[in-house]
Amino acid sequence: MSATKWEVVIGLETHTQLKTQSKIFSGSSVAFGAPPNAQANAVDIALPGMLPVLNREAVVCAIKLGLAVGGKIAPRSIFARKNYFYPDLPKGYQISQFETPVVSGGGLSIKVSEGTHRAGAGNTAIEKFINLTRAHLEEDAGKSLHEDFHGKTGIDLNRAGIPLLEIVSEPDMRSSNEAVAYAKALHALVQWIGICDGNMQEGSFRCDANVSVRPLGQKEFGTRREIKNLNSFRFMQQAIDFEVQWQINEIEEGRAIQQATVLFNSDTGETRAMRSKEDAHDYRYFPDPDLLPLEITPAWIAKVKASLPELPGAMKARFESDYGLSAYDAATLSASREMADYFEETLTAAGRENAKLCANWVMGEVAGRLNKDGMEMTAGHTVPLAPTLLAGIIRRITDNTLSNKMAREVFDALWVGEGKDADAVIAARGLTQVTDSGAIESVIDQVLAANAKSVEEFRAGKDKAFNALVGQVMKATKGKADPQQVNDLLRKKLEA
Amino acid sequence: MSLNQEGVGRIARLARIELSAAESAATQDQLNDILGFIARLQAVDTTGIEPMAHAVDVVQRLRPDFITETDRRADFQAIAPEVEGGLYLVPKVIE
Repeated sequence: MSATKWEVVIGLETHTQLKTQSKIFSGSSVAFGAPPNAQANAVDIALPGMLPVLNREAVVCAIKLGLAVGGKIAPRSIFARKNYFYPDLPKGYQISQFETPVVSGGGLSIKVSEGTHRAGAGNTAIEKFINLTRAHLEEDAGKSLHEDFHGKTGIDLNRAGIPLLEIVSEPDMRSSNEAVAYAKALHALVQWIGICDGNMQEGSFRCDANVSVRPLGQKEFGTRREIKNLNSFRFMQQAIDFEVQWQINEIEEGRAIQQATVLFNSDTGETRAMRSKEDAHDYRYFPDPDLLPLEITPAWIAKVKASLPELPGAMKARFESDYGLSAYDAATLSASREMADYFEETLTAAGRENAKLCANWVMGEVAGRLNKDGMEMTAGHTVPLAPTLLAGIIRRITDNTLSNKMAREVFDALWVGEGKDADAVIAARGLTQVTDSGAIESVIDQVLAANAKSVEEFRAGKDKAFNALVGQVMKATKGKADPQQVNDLLRKKLEA
Repeated sequence: MSLNQEGVGRIARLARIELSAAESAATQDQLNDILGFIARLQAVDTTGIEPMAHAVDVVQRLRPDFITETDRRADFQAIAPEVEGGLYLVPKVIE
């Protein structure tokens, strides 16, 4: 073992399936789950003489992404043929973009919590900007089914021709944590701007990770290996961690890394070489004569821009400036559009002056409870507690009806559908906080009379005794007294 | 630039074309003739001229995002060499 410190270098290529009705070059449906080949027409199965015609909506999706990442949208871009032979690619080439992609440059901010695999754990997150190289439009290939068909392979071409936007990052990531944070940020962004449904199980968002290692301080990159088709964030983390350790071991034992494509086996947690990159990857790209240059005018870009929702970065800045939230809270709440919408709806109903309280409840109780119930605040999932109901609880905290403890009780009740709103639960459970100072004072008098020893200790300078007395008062009121008020009144009495 | 037999062999392999020795020699001559034409084209001074991606100087027409195709699998699979359960069958592919 040498004492070399290794630096990990990761770049990601992400295939996002675009949210269109029809395929990129034909009028076939892209709906998931159709019977095999029921959505594969003459263009998709490459019958001779067919002509691909580009889907306008796929281009709109690419423009949206370009705008969202601050990239350059090419006024003219070219489609190219990427030539290789595989049965699920019936034309013998994939229509893609090579020299002039539709989007180049741009990037996105990621939030990485150091030293932990759990995103958002603790307040130690650091921000980092990941640059994008490019994003280009292309068609998906079909699916090969290698189960036993009398020693043959079955081909389903429903997926052939589904529009993809391949988003390529610069090799800017330095750990599996950063790679996962980037993938998650991109995953949230493409859903935010409505160009991809983000469904990873159905393959709508798949990543290839280019991984290499180099001695810390070395300028040149090491030889990279490409891990293909990572379709979950957990697998991405496991695959990269395994691959990095494998590469370091190889180099430390004196073996050079060969450039290769590898697959991750989620059962064994290992990566394994699939094929070496020799002339199998000589794709002989050339401009596709079936397609003319794609022209995107400034007017078109302006029109698409006007249709975009507020972007996460702008929203984060607004949460900080308009609602006075911390950078961390603002970033957490704008991590997904669903989270942001939930927060803003709560805020609208509870009042802006309660922004910090709303933020705490959304990030704390709501997110915590969702996590506990194995749910997520993402598209298609409904949070059991409507924002207006949460706002009802928050209003009862700010008007001192509820203590925090009582509020959590109301929250739990409403979450499981008990009671129509906060006030109904408060009435049904008799949860009103006691704020009548006369009533509290009389309880305090009884407690002081019964706990002469604690009173003495407090007067002798023991602060702990004060807390014990507060506890007794809270107990005597069955937790219904306003703790702050108890504190104030008790101190006043003791110091009188 | 000219191609030798090895180059011809590599191109044939990439194109999945099997060539006999005689065919390979003939193909080498033909390809080298083509490369000769290209060399003459490349000799023209094109400084300041933007390369064209297509022979006609128009831009791509775009299609509205509508589903216009119906399921015609039965027709397509009637002319396929072998099908099963809606799938096209091909010789086993091993990766």
